[in-house]
Amino acid sequence: MSDSLVTEITNAGNPVDAILRTDRMPHIWCPGCGIGTTVNSFARALIDSKIDLGSLALVSGIGCTGRVAGYVKLDSFHTTHGRAIPFATGLKLANPNLNVVVYSGDGDLSAIGGNHLIHAARRNIDLKVICVNNLIYAMTGGQTAPTTPGHSITSTNPYGTFEPSFNLPHLVEAAGAVYVARWTTFHVRQLARSISEAFKKKGFSFIEVISPCPTLYQRRNKLGDALDTMKYYKEKSKVRNGSPTSEAGLTMTGEIIVGKFVDRDRPDYGTMMRAQYAEALGDEYVEQDQREQDRMEHDRTENDQPEMVCS
Amino acid sequence: MAKGRVTIVVEHCKACGLCVEFCPSHVLALSSAFNSKGYHPPHVVHPENCSGCDLCGMYCPDFAIYATKVAPTEGGGK
Repeated sequence: MSDSLVTEITNAGNPVDAILRTDRMPHIWCPGCGIGTTVNSFARALIDSKIDLGSLALVSGIGCTGRVAGYVKLDSFHTTHGRAIPFATGLKLANPNLNVVVYSGDGDLSAIGGNHLIHAARRNIDLKVICVNNLIYAMTGGQTAPTTPGHSITSTNPYGTFEPSFNLPHLVEAAGAVYVARWTTFHVRQLARSISEAFKKKGFSFIEVISPCPTLYQRRNKLGDALDTMKYYKEKSKVRNGSPTSEAGLTMTGEIIVGKFVDRDRPDYGTMMRAQYAEALGDEYVEQDQREQDRMEHDRTENDQPEMVCS
Repeated sequence: MAKGRVTIVVEHCKACGLCVEFCPSHVLALSSAFNSKGYHPPHVVHPENCSGCDLCGMYCPDFAIYATKVAPTEGGGK
């Protein structure tokens, strides 16, 4: 890469450069892969909603989408396979003031980490989960995933998939998420707006993004390249905000229902925990923030005293 | 005069063609030139049509293109 080009990148002012580790570009994702587009929308949502980047942590699992953690200039974790949500839960419980985002793929979140996904939604832990769903295990060579629609050709089902697939918005709504939306990589502005909205919610927010995998899914199923897939998304996706998630199942070439499906309020894990302790322990229960403040107050008065003696 | 200006980071481009397809005012086309990885990056064919909406930048999976609004005085006024 020439020096002049580097100067252009750093000085030109791509709006998302503030969020990206530009020294690691170009990234490893295939030509036309939708993950970069979702990162673009995510970065713009962060910039538009003016979130303090110092109080934000991004957690990724393993897989193509798991690489996002390495490309963003935020505090980020690249965790073990399927365990992005447990790591994020730990972060959130240890420091409740953090905004914790889980950015991972469908295989990582719904297959290996499927149990963690439903239990985090049940407990309503305050996490923003962005699930890039490319309908397949992409990094390992295109095996059937729990989200692969019926009749798709994959490396483990060369005569077509016959397993019923997960409808992720329906799953997380049933488990108790407070915010559920689905978009495709064609809906970049809607996706950015949805991510901004999720940051304003307290509780388990889940945003599914349907993304092309031109190398393994589209090619094996003769669905063309990334551009053809984006045209298919444009033509066949129907925005139905508030539509029942039970009707939002995916098929290989059929209609894709997108939109904001669920936006409701439920007390989150931290609120329920504090309410329970306050009820059970009464005055004995002191919240940690209060304790911290008391301790800092105590330290300050102790530090003041020697100064007074000196003067 | 153009209301926006497109900047292309040719070495990051993987020639998926999304910017060319989804530009609402058809400013771009894939060029016949190669970048160092052997892809054909887009080039600007109708700079006067650019509105600076940055939709190309939002679609680009490789962060290789973006558009900025040009101030009326800077762009010659309209």
